[in-house]
Amino acid sequence: MAKILLEMKNITKTFPGVKALDNVNLKVEEGEIHALVGENGAGKSTLMNVLSGIYPYGSYEGDIIYDGEICKFNKIKDSEAKGIVIIHQELALVPYMTIGENMFLGNERGSKFKINWNETEELATKYLKTVGLKESQQTLIKDIGVGKQQLVEIAKALAKHAKLLILDEPTASLNEDDSKALLELLLKFKKEGMTSIIISHKLNEISYVADKITVIRDGSTIETLDKKVDDFSEARIIKGMVGRELSDRFPKRESKVGETMMEVKNWTVYHPLYSERKVVDNVNINVKKGEVLGIAGLMGAGRTELAMSLFGKSYGENISGQLFLDGEEVHLNSVQDAINHKLAYVTEDRKGNGLILSNPIRVNTTLANLGAVSNHTIIDKDKEYAVAVEYKEKLNTKCPSVEQNVGNLSGGNQQKVLLAKWMFADPNILILDEPTRGIDVGAKYEIYCIINQLVSEGKSVVMISSEMPEILGMCDRVYIMNEGRIVGELSGKEASQEIIMSHIIKSGSKGE
Amino acid sequence: MNKTKTLDIVKKYTMILVLIIVTLFFTWQTDGTLLLPMNISSLISQNAYVFILATGMLLCILTGGNIDLSVGSVVCFTGAIGAVLMMNFGVNMYVAILVMVLVGTLIGAFQGFWIAYVRIPPFIVTLAGMLAFRGLSNVVLDGMTISIKDQEAFVNLFGGGANCYIKDVFGGSNINITCIVIGVVATAIYVILQFKNRMDKAKKGYEVEGFAGMLIKTILISAVILAFTYQLARHKGIPTVLIWVMVVVLIYGYITSNTTVGRYFYAVGGNEKATKLSGINTNKVYFLAYLNMGFLAALAGMVTIARMTSAQPTYGQNYEMDAIGSCFIGGASAYGGTGTVPGVIVGAVLMGVINLGMSLMGVDQNMQKVVKGLVLLAAVIFDVVSKRGGKIISKN
Repeated sequence: MAKILLEMKNITKTFPGVKALDNVNLKVEEGEIHALVGENGAGKSTLMNVLSGIYPYGSYEGDIIYDGEICKFNKIKDSEAKGIVIIHQELALVPYMTIGENMFLGNERGSKFKINWNETEELATKYLKTVGLKESQQTLIKDIGVGKQQLVEIAKALAKHAKLLILDEPTASLNEDDSKALLELLLKFKKEGMTSIIISHKLNEISYVADKITVIRDGSTIETLDKKVDDFSEARIIKGMVGRELSDRFPKRESKVGETMMEVKNWTVYHPLYSERKVVDNVNINVKKGEVLGIAGLMGAGRTELAMSLFGKSYGENISGQLFLDGEEVHLNSVQDAINHKLAYVTEDRKGNGLILSNPIRVNTTLANLGAVSNHTIIDKDKEYAVAVEYKEKLNTKCPSVEQNVGNLSGGNQQKVLLAKWMFADPNILILDEPTRGIDVGAKYEIYCIINQLVSEGKSVVMISSEMPEILGMCDRVYIMNEGRIVGELSGKEASQEIIMSHIIKSGSKGE
Repeated sequence: MNKTKTLDIVKKYTMILVLIIVTLFFTWQTDGTLLLPMNISSLISQNAYVFILATGMLLCILTGGNIDLSVGSVVCFTGAIGAVLMMNFGVNMYVAILVMVLVGTLIGAFQGFWIAYVRIPPFIVTLAGMLAFRGLSNVVLDGMTISIKDQEAFVNLFGGGANCYIKDVFGGSNINITCIVIGVVATAIYVILQFKNRMDKAKKGYEVEGFAGMLIKTILISAVILAFTYQLARHKGIPTVLIWVMVVVLIYGYITSNTTVGRYFYAVGGNEKATKLSGINTNKVYFLAYLNMGFLAALAGMVTIARMTSAQPTYGQNYEMDAIGSCFIGGASAYGGTGTVPGVIVGAVLMGVINLGMSLMGVDQNMQKVVKGLVLLAAVIFDVVSKRGGKIISKN
């Protein structure tokens, strides 16, 4: 048996209110490619952040044993000094610097007072050759494509004398050819003795390169599959990823689905910066009155982009297609238009895009519909206060008073304030984007109850969620989205995690 | 619990407490000269432009810590135009006032357009404005001083020279009775509003603050208003410029706290993306902030040339710094989203008291600048650190 290079023992990491990792164990042998799979939010990235020192020693429980000794990393530099280098999904390159400068950023050659540019150039050229890039090290990062940028990241890691390379979704933004090249490169490194950990949703790629697969689910390690012994088929891996029971985590409701409220035809959206990239590709969907409609998919499938582009074109460029509300075609050119047409979008990023954390609950509650509490632009603060209290009670938001700043509330209560804000805007259709992300189980249940309440009042709810159980437990109907397209439609009854996953994976492996 | 409550109160009224302490300190150091009627009156006249500009600057800062560096130059430029129109072309003063307001507002719109719709950083746009309008002031004035003679009405209206006080209709001899009457009426209105507000709230069943706390607050503020007007009355009465300052402060105080537009300024500074996704035109909010700054700079321009009874190409220098400093000292956040008009006024008064106190003590001009600089730094450090929950050193 080969030497164990890395062992993570009983790692437990808690965030306020959430146990992100619960007794996770991971063993990686020297010279192997070890894959980490699991649903979004299962804890893969958290585990890698613990390993690389982003979460310093002491902020988690358990031990990291690397190369035979217990490691106590306090920052990324500490783990890098040992040869553990992580390449994040979001590339950390500076667009207006050259490849060479980027490669040695924070790791500059020469002394503190004088950068040795000759050595930088020589080494950069050498590592570029290793990863098979033909560009000059003088090229600016902004001038090369994403695939090549990913290779520069790997070269950057090599320049840090990486012994253990961690790649978080390395092929997520790459096309088929670039992905293939990258995987071949990993296999080449393996032959030269490099150890890698790869996190990926693309199971076909994993089956191709990995020697072992560790499945993580809900913050715990479920199993480790070995290529020599176990079945490496996608079906087998999916079973590990999703195999969990659904209990009564979802309140019951009687669904009374009515006629079509909203219809979207041939909706196509391009990326706001890379104008040739289609983010939403010819989507046709409809939403019925009193329905909870789920949109399932992995992160980056284009669901948020679809929702935001529908919501007054708040995302994307060159948006084409038709939108019908109540059978009439409408053109929503601004968020204000969308709100006026009784459409609401509740963002997945409540802190970044949803709430004003430095303002009290009262102010946040009325922001999208200030007209309703004001008289010729003069705000009636008493009325505003009454509205805030009404919604606080309706949604059972836990806070000392509605004058409390939203930034001081827990995630679940913040989510309730965000919901209150959009319920007060009095929409007919609410698009909820990851409505339960990062909140505890109790608060989730309350949010589900609110959703049920909304549809029983004859409103329609579109729920975008990466948490499959939630989709299955709550929705009357489910669309499955992947790479900007709708790749399947299921009724709530026929949907199962395996079916949804296999829709996603089949559409993904078809490629282009 | 009680301890945190006291702490909260101290935090909420820090700058007022500092103002009281600083005032007492200078009163002690100058043997009471600081609070002489004449000095109080000149505190108002000297700093009128700061109050006006700081109010406008607050709106810019609210949108996200954005500042307007050009106000000093715009003050000078609009003042120069007014002076040239009245003195060289003999234009009627009301026409001149109208032109000044228009020019100031247009400058605001010009800068606001680049900032709001083209998204050029405000620092750059207003730095350019600061240079350009300083240069244009020189061009308009031909590098000379134009003194404003025979324009008594204009000078009196905006409060400059010896007669720029509200006339005493009751003809008091040693004391200006009109001023006293205004003080009493203002106090009465304030007290009535406080109680009416409270009763309204109680009637509708809303939460009201503690009665004792409110009573103390009302009594203190009433006492300050009465003492202030009494001192003014012992001098020559209410300087006309104080009326302008009060109008600006009251209107903008109301706009920022009670109107939807006012709310938008705070929202944009608090979280621009969330504001945009709530259906609010954030570009327009930025535009309005700078448009308004131009408008108020024109008003400050009038106040400045009226006080100096002349226009010079060097007027208005460092006015932007006084305005910005007052905002930050008065509790506006350097990141935007928080700050109030009353807070800014307290900041401006604090700066004014420090200036006046040090001048009376005969502190060297240069040392005065050092002290003002340190006060500004201390105020912003306090803001940032208290937001971080008391931790001084930021983690990365």
